[in-house]
Amino acid sequence: MDALRIPILKIGNTLITSIQTELHDASAVQFKDDLLERIHTTRAQGVVIDLTAVDLVDSFIGRLISDIGAMCGLMGTQVVLTGIQPAVAITLVELGLELPRIHTALNLEKGLALFQSKPEGIGYEQP
Amino acid sequence: MSSPSDVAIRSDLDIVIARTSARDVAKRLGFGAIDQARIATAVSELARNIFLYAGSGTVSVRLLDQLGRSGIEIICQDQGPGIADIPLVMQDGYSTSRGMGMGLPGAKRLMDEFDLRSQVGAGTTVICRKWRR
Repeated sequence: MDALRIPILKIGNTLITSIQTELHDASAVQFKDDLLERIHTTRAQGVVIDLTAVDLVDSFIGRLISDIGAMCGLMGTQVVLTGIQPAVAITLVELGLELPRIHTALNLEKGLALFQSKPEGIGYEQP
Repeated sequence: MSSPSDVAIRSDLDIVIARTSARDVAKRLGFGAIDQARIATAVSELARNIFLYAGSGTVSVRLLDQLGRSGIEIICQDQGPGIADIPLVMQDGYSTSRGMGMGLPGAKRLMDEFDLRSQVGAGTTVICRKWRR
């Protein structure tokens, strides 16, 4: 089945994407591949993934988000997750998936502001 | 009253169908948004286990009504290879696949009651329940 692709928009040095559809495993993996490819071709410094419309993140999607954070970090791009719903935050922590290395913001606007206020991006803590 | 449902699991798309139908039943039973998410997430984990380890199976959603308490029951059955060491797979972080090893212990934490029975070579059945508070 040819999955509906999740659109990835570019504004300045930042990529913005909002997940609006129910993700099945194959479409989630396709999204990861598309996003990394877009980062490479656009040389984006930051990525905002908006999850406002997502009402379920299970361990598969959670692991994929964690992987996206790690992969983007390797490429030199920082990821911010925005708009995580209360029910999603609760189930993620109860599952044992706290996504400790992923930056988050309350909503899309605040997520974008993180990149705009710091042109160098969000500083990861140095070891 | 909402009708119970049976979903055959044969592909990753069926995982989405199973969790969506469980959420619909939970919603109609009057579960709040957070419990709906817990139930749907548990079904997603269990349905994925069927798909990954057994290849196919079924997820059934039933209504519970006992002594004035209402709830939801999820029955996941497969005729896959079965689980030899149940305490091991119930440990956090144990996984034989690409998963994070959170499927079974995670699903257990999200539900109120959780019963796993398995026979090597015959298959696995998980029955879990959540009651309305």
